[in-house]
Amino acid sequence: MNAVAAAEGLPTTWEDQANLGHVLVPGEVDLSHNVILYLEGITVSFDGFKALNKLSLAIDAGELRCIIGPNGAGKTTMMDVITGKTRPDAGKAFFGQTMNLRLMTEPQIAHAGIGRKFQKPTIFENHTVFENLELAMKTDKRVRRSLFSVIDTETRDKIAETLRVIRLDREADRLAGLLSHGQKQWLEIGMLLMQDPKLLLLDEPVAGMTDDETARTAELFLSLEGKHSLVVVEHDMSFVDQLTQGRRKVTVLHEGSVLAEGDLATVQNDQRVIEVYLGR
Amino acid sequence: MTRTPFVVRFLAATPGKGWAAVAAFAAVVLVLLPGLYLFTPKDSALHVSDYVITLGGKIMCYAIVAVAMDLIWGYAGILSLGHGVFFALGGYMFGQYLMRQIGLDGVYHSPLPDFMVFLDWKAFPWYWAGTESFAFALFKVVAIPGLLAFVFGFFAFRSRIKGVYFSIITQALTYAAMLYFFRNDAGFGGNNGFTDFKRILGMPITAPEMRISLFALSGLVLIFVLLLGRYLMTSKFGRILTAIRDAESRVMFLGYNPLHFKLAIWTLSAVLCGIAGALYVPQVGIINPSEMSPANSIEIAIWAAVGGRGTLVGPVIGAAVVNLSKSFFTQAFPEYWLFFLGLLFVLVTLFLPDGVVGLWKRLKERLA
Repeated sequence: MNAVAAAEGLPTTWEDQANLGHVLVPGEVDLSHNVILYLEGITVSFDGFKALNKLSLAIDAGELRCIIGPNGAGKTTMMDVITGKTRPDAGKAFFGQTMNLRLMTEPQIAHAGIGRKFQKPTIFENHTVFENLELAMKTDKRVRRSLFSVIDTETRDKIAETLRVIRLDREADRLAGLLSHGQKQWLEIGMLLMQDPKLLLLDEPVAGMTDDETARTAELFLSLEGKHSLVVVEHDMSFVDQLTQGRRKVTVLHEGSVLAEGDLATVQNDQRVIEVYLGR
Repeated sequence: MTRTPFVVRFLAATPGKGWAAVAAFAAVVLVLLPGLYLFTPKDSALHVSDYVITLGGKIMCYAIVAVAMDLIWGYAGILSLGHGVFFALGGYMFGQYLMRQIGLDGVYHSPLPDFMVFLDWKAFPWYWAGTESFAFALFKVVAIPGLLAFVFGFFAFRSRIKGVYFSIITQALTYAAMLYFFRNDAGFGGNNGFTDFKRILGMPITAPEMRISLFALSGLVLIFVLLLGRYLMTSKFGRILTAIRDAESRVMFLGYNPLHFKLAIWTLSAVLCGIAGALYVPQVGIINPSEMSPANSIEIAIWAAVGGRGTLVGPVIGAAVVNLSKSFFTQAFPEYWLFFLGLLFVLVTLFLPDGVVGLWKRLKERLA
């Protein structure tokens, strides 16, 4: 095929071909249309109750998107669908242009580059911060490798960089169990970052944090924007305000579908949103 | 970048203080005691008796088992209450060779072991094939307990059996094995097991040189097992094991398969027990099914708990303390030994959750 292409003066390497249009690299997320996550008409029902009702949503590559909504709006179910934990009854779910999330298992989705942070931090309390990150590093995970593996310079650098990003560089040798609640949350985010995710799903990341820690978490997320795409589900409006800074998009979920989308001020002044939050 | 050779990394895993302790231990076990045993006259005050050497060798075998227990319980959080089965199997596998070494010197002067003559068997059953070979016996000492542990562990861990349920089925395993080995037609000597050993590699088993060689070999194996344990537990493998112990689902989420890691350490632990059993049998001169009794396996867990779980050296201390007091108590107050053992376990659980080593650490902190 490449011989034909060369004869016609067309590009032969996949990088050149990609510039023209569309070439698939197996295992790589295809961002040629600048969309990293695409949900269309997703419906999930539990015993007749529609947790998600024809939900449609698109997240751009490198975007930081906040998702808000009252309890039971379907935020956690949406994350479950994206990570493969819950199978939707209908709809499309794509990671990049080509990866059909509905056909992938949980580990496959995680491996493809979607990282999820749960509400409650689960870290290895009897390991140091450094070791927690080391175990999370994207690498060969088989027994044989773990028996003979040495921490090489590359790993060390990567861990040091992550430690700086999550602001735990001074705590590297402390036991993770001794960290404050906020620091544990950051460490878990750091463990996600060690796996080089393209898309990060964060479920109420500042729950239980002090105001100071919340502000620092906002800074952390803003510093990740661009390199990673982030979807943040949050109740705390002041945190959402810090994250969006009046210009980033906020999506409001209600009864399993998108109620409104836009910057925080527009959304907060939307009559339907006010009704949903205050009306009942 | 040049990589540090594996041997160097293996040896460097044990810190300087650990090596000092190893050196001191080696000096006593490999030089001092053998010297006193072989070269001092029997009536000298410095003479070390057969009894001391046999007891010491026995305790070192137990210590190997205790360290093997620590690897799975202390580090991987898997409590086995059936480790006696691997110890006894190792013993039986070597015992088969010892029975063949008796040759025609048995009571019935037959090439078959006495118990087979007694049962009126005319030939060796198939699983006695090749048992006259020393090398094959060593192979089986490792392979049979390892194979049993691998198959058992594979099904148990694959079904995600954990905690107390796992402990209970290991108890059932050793109990079932004991009942089987009690049967005369199992071909392992039934109730009496194997005894009356005469030779190893043609050399008399009761000769002082043989006794001291087995004693020193037990010491060497114990040292090796400790160094191996230290290397494993300071490697990434060890960090993953403790991570599995603390938050297994998280480990899975990071892309590791806990089954493979548990199975690896579980099988290794069983193999170490088998080796300890093979060293134990020629020193005490007998192996019978009571070694597989559930109580014996529980005692192994007590050694590890008394010394301090997750410390490697703790279980060695635990095995020594419990067994020395057992020797003392069973002679001085034979009826009260089990009460004492129970009391010891209760006291350790209540007041010394980290065992003797934990107590030592706390004392040091208080003094510092």
